[in-house]
Amino acid sequence: MKRAAFGQIGFPILLLIPQLVIIAIFFYWPAGYAIQSSFYLQDPFGFGSTYVGVDNYTRLTTSRTYLSSFWFTVIFTTLVTFFSLAIALLLAVKADKVIRGAKTYRTLLMWVYAIAPPVAGLMGVMLFDQSRGNITQLLSTFGYDYRLGVNYWDTAAAMITVSIWKQIPVNFIFFLSGLQAIPRSVREAAMIDNASGTSRFWDITFPLLAPTGFFLLIINITYALFDTFGIVDTIVKGEPGNNPMTLVYRVFVDGFRGGDLGGSSAQSVVLMVLVLILTVVQFRFLERRIHYT
Amino acid sequence: MAKVKLDGVRKVYPNGVEAVEPCHVDIPDGELVVLVGPSGCGKSTLLRMVAGLEEITDGTLHIGDTVMNDVEPANRNIAMVFQNYALYPHMTVAKNMGYGLKNRGLPKTEIAQKVAEAAKMLNLEDYLNRRPSQLSGGQRQRVAMGRAIVRSPELFLFDEPLSNLDAKLRNQMRIEIRALQQRLGVTAMYVTHDQVEAMTLADRIIVLNAGRIEQIGTPAEIYSQPASTFVASFMGAPPMNIFTGTSDGQQATLDGGLSLNGAGAPSQTGKIQIGIRPEDVALDPSGPLPFEVDIVEELGAHRLLHGQLSGQPFSVSLNKDEPASTGPTKIALKPGAVHFFDAEAGRRL
Ligand SMILES: Nc1ncnc2c1ncn2[C@@H]1O[C@H](COP(=O)(O)OP(=O)(O)O)[C@@H](O)[C@H]1O
Ligand SMILES: [Mg+2]
Repeated sequence: MKRAAFGQIGFPILLLIPQLVIIAIFFYWPAGYAIQSSFYLQDPFGFGSTYVGVDNYTRLTTSRTYLSSFWFTVIFTTLVTFFSLAIALLLAVKADKVIRGAKTYRTLLMWVYAIAPPVAGLMGVMLFDQSRGNITQLLSTFGYDYRLGVNYWDTAAAMITVSIWKQIPVNFIFFLSGLQAIPRSVREAAMIDNASGTSRFWDITFPLLAPTGFFLLIINITYALFDTFGIVDTIVKGEPGNNPMTLVYRVFVDGFRGGDLGGSSAQSVVLMVLVLILTVVQFRFLERRIHYT
Repeated sequence: MAKVKLDGVRKVYPNGVEAVEPCHVDIPDGELVVLVGPSGCGKSTLLRMVAGLEEITDGTLHIGDTVMNDVEPANRNIAMVFQNYALYPHMTVAKNMGYGLKNRGLPKTEIAQKVAEAAKMLNLEDYLNRRPSQLSGGQRQRVAMGRAIVRSPELFLFDEPLSNLDAKLRNQMRIEIRALQQRLGVTAMYVTHDQVEAMTLADRIIVLNAGRIEQIGTPAEIYSQPASTFVASFMGAPPMNIFTGTSDGQQATLDGGLSLNGAGAPSQTGKIQIGIRPEDVALDPSGPLPFEVDIVEELGAHRLLHGQLSGQPFSVSLNKDEPASTGPTKIALKPGAVHFFDAEAGRRL
């Protein structure tokens, strides 16, 4: 490609300014502010703040509730990522084999994608509702007393299920197009080389889907960590109580409900570092290792 | 090594297209058969049914003495080379070649040995640890060949394996494939739309047209005794001239009034089609047939004269040594130059 030549540096910068301004106002400024306030302890009534150094951070490492949220988030993210990827892959592999009515089938599977997270959460709440929920009723016929919002594990199960359900369509679309991008002749060559469909899948199809898979892995971890806020919020309804919650939701609860802006800022900084690590991992390791052509 | 027998094999796709009409083919052990025909005539479909990649709608397929209709592709003991090579992009050349053997449960040392042998045969020894993306088109083609060879199959299937290569490499690989097939003595079915490839490679040629077998024969038979106007004009470059005309049982006459004295005539009378190959004609000032030359095309070794014979388009191919110019001239036909076909179906008479 030819380099476009600008006489001076001034004009290109002028063109970049709108974008830079938006990034600065909506990203760097709040991020900087969060880092700054994570070193201060705010007066609960809004009368100034005191510099406390890394106190807010050390407080996190000893806070029982924070640590419990931390471990819950780890488990939550792992389960949501694993199952939403695995189920979507299974559905995509099956959908890829469908010949008759393939379009209808695929459209039905993709529909869920159009549902906003809070709506998905709301539907989850309705399905898992204490008295009227279909799943609650189903479980009670098996003799299980399901209590959403009361029993920690019951609530966790609902959050995880709804989050997985919500994410499957996105993964499905990507996996399906990934599958369809594998040349037919490569699969046919494999059919001649290997009689077992299962072993063909793991030897040929799966490795060729790896680029899609790794991309989705990052997308799904990010989703489970951050984008499930709406689902968690609908299920927890802003009443922490004994309920499980993800780290992102705890930032909101501690900061806005608990009024602990310093502690909540420290939590955000921890999350920022997490995102940074994820991004570095994505660019450093994954992208480099899994492209073949 | 095995003979192949197709007995009334037919293919109707789910959308109702009859891609291959019921066909009967017998391929003796060790023969290389080329399936040739224009694009969309059902060559690939026929080959893929033999490979097991496409369901056989009707009829039976034997490879060796076994009915193969419902046998998995992997269990047919065949090897296939695809047009776009179909190599596994995430595997090295060695792994690509050895994958089939690995799945048959061969020990690692034996696989390595067979792969090394094939690599030596194909000059691929220096590339065994490369990925397909790090190879040139010709090298990829060789790897695909190697993958087919190491399996020691009973039958090779080729689906336009040289179409993605440039002309020079294509000629070279064509010779290599032929040499390899003869050396290994493996029965082979080879699909191409290129009639030159078909003529040069084949022990026997199967000419397909719109899902139907038009003719099966050796290259010489196909060339000298085309079974139909389709075969006559598809095989041979430039194609055979086809005229309309009539026959009275004694003598054939081209529409336009010119009689072909001494060329014989079919017993069928009335309207017929008459074929003359461009190279079966000699310029002869005292010849019986007046030929009006409009254009002279220089092809190096040959020269093509395009013009009118009895008011119908006619092309003549001459050796480069024979002088030629536009304008009226006279020609004579070589013995056996005239082919007769029926007027509607175009079958040989
Ligand atoms: N999967 C398919 N479904 C329906 N029709 C097909 C399919 N594959 C090929 N055909 C049709 O069958 C005919 C023969 O195709 P093919 O065997 O690929 O021809 P060739 O290899 O001689 O070019 C064509 O008319 C093609 O459109
Ligand atoms: Mg084809």
